Amino acid sequence: MSLLLTAMTLVLCIAMIVAAFVAILGKSLPIAILAAGLVSLVASVLFVILASPDVAMTEAAIGSGLSTFLFFFVLGRVRGGERDGEDEPGSEHG
Amino acid sequence: MVKRLLALLLLAAIGGIFTTLVLGYMPDAELNNTARYYADHTAADIGSANLVTAIVITYRGLDTLGEVTVLFLAAAILGLVLARGRRQVQARRELTPVGELLTTGSRVLVPLIMLLGVYVFVNGHLTPGGGFQGGAVIASGVLLLLLTDPLRQFAHTLIAAVESLAGVFYVAIGLMGLFLAGGFLDNRFLPIGTLGALFSAGAIPIIYTLIGLKVGAEFSVMLSDLSDTEAL
Repeated sequence: MSLLLTAMTLVLCIAMIVAAFVAILGKSLPIAILAAGLVSLVASVLFVILASPDVAMTEAAIGSGLSTFLFFFVLGRVRGGERDGEDEPGSEHG
Repeated sequence: MVKRLLALLLLAAIGGIFTTLVLGYMPDAELNNTARYYADHTAADIGSANLVTAIVITYRGLDTLGEVTVLFLAAAILGLVLARGRRQVQARRELTPVGELLTTGSRVLVPLIMLLGVYVFVNGHLTPGGGFQGGAVIASGVLLLLLTDPLRQFAHTLIAAVESLAGVFYVAIGLMGLFLAGGFLDNRFLPIGTLGALFSAGAIPIIYTLIGLKVGAEFSVMLSDLSDTEAL
């Protein structure tokens, strides 16, 4: 592995760890979701560096794309649900 | 306090295990026997330019059939659990209006995302990626549609038909391999063709297209089930 590639890998690893800490410790939920998606994105770049593009595509499509979208979707639903309960106290759930 | 100490101890132990693993890791100078067999024989036997696809679809095709079955079971169970909370009346509640940027952006992006998904699984035997990746890309296009319009109704019967037919044809192609070629899911009952051409590698493009449709349909059904559910 060349020196440049090693340096890039180190930078990506550090970025991944920082993003993971932001996802865990961050106060804002949307930023935490984005940071969790960023962890997957950096992981997929690392997979490309490690010469496994097939795994990288799966990680980018599912880890970074689909699950980030899904978290945002659920976040929107949960917030809508809170407001829903206040507006219609008599509405039945479930 | 004790809990925190235990957690720290566990973290230190896991860190120690990984450190020894990483420090003791030496990359192989040459391929081991199994890998060398695949590297030497894939191009001549299977005709797939992407070695990973040849292993996933042909050499280890039965495992892939199992994975698709697991995904199908997950989608079916999710549908069963969520059927209880299915929305009866449409749009009882006021939804937050979706921004102009998301609406217009999704109009541009969704066709491109779908096209990329189809490209990924049709070219699974030539370029990285394949049925699972392409299917996930298609499902993320569907999810973008749902984000834009949460009340959108999808043609459930059509998606279910695509999903079931893809599964049936997948097994049928596997059986054709059993009768016309060397074994279950053998791709060589169709001509192998030239290495690197779109129509090559026997039945692999057909199998990967079916898997892509099946995975995309399964993920889309899961997402639209989640979206149709009023509350749990």
